[in-house]
Amino acid sequence: MTEALPIVIVGAAPAGIRAAERLVEAGVRPIVLDEGLRAGGQIYRRPLVDDGRSYRNRYGSEAKKAERLHAVFERLRPSIDYRPETLVWNVSGLERSGHLDVLREGVHRQIAFSKLLLCTGATDRVLPFPDWTKPGVYTLGAAQTALKAQGCTVGDRLVFMGSGPLLYLVAWQYMKAGARVEAVLDTAPFRSKFHLVSLFVRAPRIVALGLFYGAQLQLSGVKVRYGVRPQTVLGEERVEGIRFRAGGRTEALACDAIGYGFALRPETQLADLAGCRFRFEDRDRAWLPERDAQGRTSRKDIYVSGDGSGIAGADAAEIDGELAALAILQDIGNTVAGDRPRQLTAARARILRQREILESAFPFPRDWFETVPPETTLCRCEEIRIGEIHCAVGAGSIGEINRMKALSRVGMGRCQGRMCSAAAVEVLSSIRKVEPKETGRLRAQAPVKPIPLGFGGPLDTEESR
Amino acid sequence: MIQRISTDVTIIGGGLVGSSAALAMRQAGLDVVLLDKGFCGAQASGVNYGGVRRQGRPAEQLPLSQRAHGIWPRLKALVGIDGEYVPSGHLKLARTERDFAKLEAYAEMARPYGLDLELVGAEALKTRFPWLSAAGAGASLCPGDGHANPRLVSPAFARAAERAGVKVFEQMPVRDVRATGNGFAVLAGENLEIRSRQLVNSAGAWSDTFAAQFGETVPLKRIYPSMVVTEPLPLRLPVSMGEQGGSFYGRQVARGNYVMGGGRGAALADPDFSRPSVTAASSVMQRAIALFPHLANAQVIRFWSGTEADMPDGNPVIGPSRTTPGLFHAFGFCGAGFQIAPAVGEVLSELVTSGRSTTPIDAFSIGRFAHAAAQTADSL
Ligand SMILES: Cc1cc2nc3c(=O)[nH]c(=O)nc-3n(C[C@H](O)[C@H](O)[C@H](O)COP(=O)(O)OP(=O)(O)OC[C@H]3O[C@@H](n4cnc5c(N)ncnc54)[C@H](O)[C@@H]3O)c2cc1C
Ligand SMILES: Cc1cc2nc3c(=O)[nH]c(=O)nc-3n(C[C@H](O)[C@H](O)[C@H](O)COP(=O)(O)OP(=O)(O)OC[C@H]3O[C@@H](n4cnc5c(N)ncnc54)[C@H](O)[C@@H]3O)c2cc1C
Repeated sequence: MTEALPIVIVGAAPAGIRAAERLVEAGVRPIVLDEGLRAGGQIYRRPLVDDGRSYRNRYGSEAKKAERLHAVFERLRPSIDYRPETLVWNVSGLERSGHLDVLREGVHRQIAFSKLLLCTGATDRVLPFPDWTKPGVYTLGAAQTALKAQGCTVGDRLVFMGSGPLLYLVAWQYMKAGARVEAVLDTAPFRSKFHLVSLFVRAPRIVALGLFYGAQLQLSGVKVRYGVRPQTVLGEERVEGIRFRAGGRTEALACDAIGYGFALRPETQLADLAGCRFRFEDRDRAWLPERDAQGRTSRKDIYVSGDGSGIAGADAAEIDGELAALAILQDIGNTVAGDRPRQLTAARARILRQREILESAFPFPRDWFETVPPETTLCRCEEIRIGEIHCAVGAGSIGEINRMKALSRVGMGRCQGRMCSAAAVEVLSSIRKVEPKETGRLRAQAPVKPIPLGFGGPLDTEESR
Repeated sequence: MIQRISTDVTIIGGGLVGSSAALAMRQAGLDVVLLDKGFCGAQASGVNYGGVRRQGRPAEQLPLSQRAHGIWPRLKALVGIDGEYVPSGHLKLARTERDFAKLEAYAEMARPYGLDLELVGAEALKTRFPWLSAAGAGASLCPGDGHANPRLVSPAFARAAERAGVKVFEQMPVRDVRATGNGFAVLAGENLEIRSRQLVNSAGAWSDTFAAQFGETVPLKRIYPSMVVTEPLPLRLPVSMGEQGGSFYGRQVARGNYVMGGGRGAALADPDFSRPSVTAASSVMQRAIALFPHLANAQVIRFWSGTEADMPDGNPVIGPSRTTPGLFHAFGFCGAGFQIAPAVGEVLSELVTSGRSTTPIDAFSIGRFAHAAAQTADSL
């Protein structure tokens, strides 16, 4: 009986936790799956083992929110079926009743659901530059995760590079943690920052925080450069420095680690496997599952919320999670009193408008691939260089990303394009001189992350009876 | 604005069958238009397992398969790349004594066709292929068989045809075909109209609708073989493998990935696309572990599937239409068209130029279904 099947949430992070909270309030006991060891997600990531550091120390300006969300989750635990360290690697059986394929402690299970809410969040967006694969180069997110979850830094003398609010934040967090931050290399031009003036009116806290990080960094002697384009990573075996151009000059700095990233890319493969329709979102330069204001997708019974349905940040994710839960409750016949959905929708819309401005302050470096030489690695897993894409495109009249994958192997390796496809699309569209959306969408296949060949064993199918 | 083209031959479908036919016809001096609704070699021909195998085919297919066997080593000269073709040998395992007896009988049958198979007993199997475990009752080795990279081979045929002067139109779905009395009119895409003396229906799993338009109903069924691929691993598996009494097949590609298949997937809402089934994929994975213990800690990075045309008697349809002069069919390869496609292309070229194939194809006549079709019509 379909009614007896559980409601399943993927992602125990801001969106997923708030959704679970709302469902529990209405008397529903959802299953909450997350591949991480502890709940919290990216921003409110918790240490693998408690190390005695305070919230203030670990989360800085976001300490209160982190503490609140973790407390909500702890309170929910008896009322939800929470399964950490559970990778959801496939959605199937949608013709009949849908189910998830999950892997937990090496055991494969299928979990049938009546409603599925995907809160799969986002990961760093990376763009290749010369020698970005050298040991000592990290993404901004990875650098931050090391601090939050492992309580260690990725180096002693650091340079942070890229674009997006995370750039200044992570640099500041490293400085606070006692590391020596040499420089922040912002790929956006200085003039783009004037957009923040208009943001100040709408969201003074965000701008004030940003200015605060920037000012504190500069006061502490951290060099800040704008309009940066990297030239090469110095060092034979591992990072010993970086050479770059900024403001018409070439500069070199010594460092032993580099953190870099260009905002975030939404994690959408499960929605793809679930058969949701996608549309291209210019703001994120990415394909997103189509959704209504509350997170209903084109497929009945499948909902999306949080960064995985469009990058909007942690506050928006909390709001969005609740919205999706309200949608689910409405759709299973509960009455949702008051105009909570409307209020939440308006709040989320406000944040999305702020995001537009932030995007102008940290614009995507559209000319990136005009400065990156052809011998630069594009796809790490398959060791494909940018020049090989130029050749493949030339020889095979490739205009489309799936075709490019077939003919060049880009995105065919271990990461299945999760790391490289955002960049691959940019390379293809820069060669073709078209907008990224003209190059099509890379189709997802299961498993969304590698699974052990020996996972097999008899299928353990789980359905509530 | 309608674009009008007239040509000698129009080919519907740029899979390996249509593309190799286009190339062969062009080389025979014909004017050819090749149409694909998507990209050439992006359907079955581009996503298959890559087995270049004669062993195991029914007797009727062996002459054609032998002809193709002569083409594969010449890929570089023919289309500009070798397509990672390796005549590695094809090892077919027998699960039981009865399966082994079947392999023995097959070897006997295939010998007159020039296919020399080497039967390997259970003991010899252990010493010659020590990485293999749970090997069963023995095996049959076909030394000249092997594998190639379909992603590269099939588009390369289309590109070579284009370089030779074939007009190739991609993302150009054929919407209507009609016999005009002295030839054919084909409408494709938004505004392309092609007139030709002859027409080839090589639209893979979509061929039945075109055949039906000329009054030839065929019992074509779509199938979706399930594939699994691992991360790259040290090179260890020197042969392409199959099974008698099981549905597992596997090979290791030059890059190191194990590509393995068995079982069937299912169509998506848009039946042109498919997903492998988890049940099929996990039985492939379990069989792989049983056969290759060294894969115990390997990771699987992707499942996939493709859309293929299956016929009830396991043989394709190749040859002239029985209703419409100038029309030729080539489809329904039942999961095994990759290896023979280049020979099918040559045969199609012979058919359009001389009306006759130098390789026997009588068993593949579309006429063999006329009776069955009439029967189903009666019973309705
Ligand atoms: C590395 C990183 C660092 C960030 N740091 C900051 C910061 O310091 N300040 C800030 O304001 N914003 C930061 N952000 C942005 C912020 O984290 C997000 O806006 C916010 O966390 C979004 O919440 P969410 O609930 O949508 O998803 P997320 O927090 O991204 O969480 C998604 C969850 O889903 C789980 N998941 C995903 N796929 C699967 C699967 N297939 N199976 C099982 N579980 C799965 C993940 O394990 C994760 O727990 C950061 C983002 C990243 C990627
Ligand atoms: C997963 C899988 C594994 C396989 N493994 C092997 C193997 O190991 N060895 C082997 O020998 N064979 C194998 N096969 C079978 C082999 O791939 C096929 O038999 C062969 O590729 C068929 O070629 P084709 O040209 O007939 O079909 P296709 O490659 O499917 O080409 C047909 C073309 O027609 C086009 N088309 C359809 N409708 C229209 C229209 N209206 N207008 C224009 N164009 C149209 C399609 O877009 C397509 O490109 C496998 C098949 C699959 C799916």
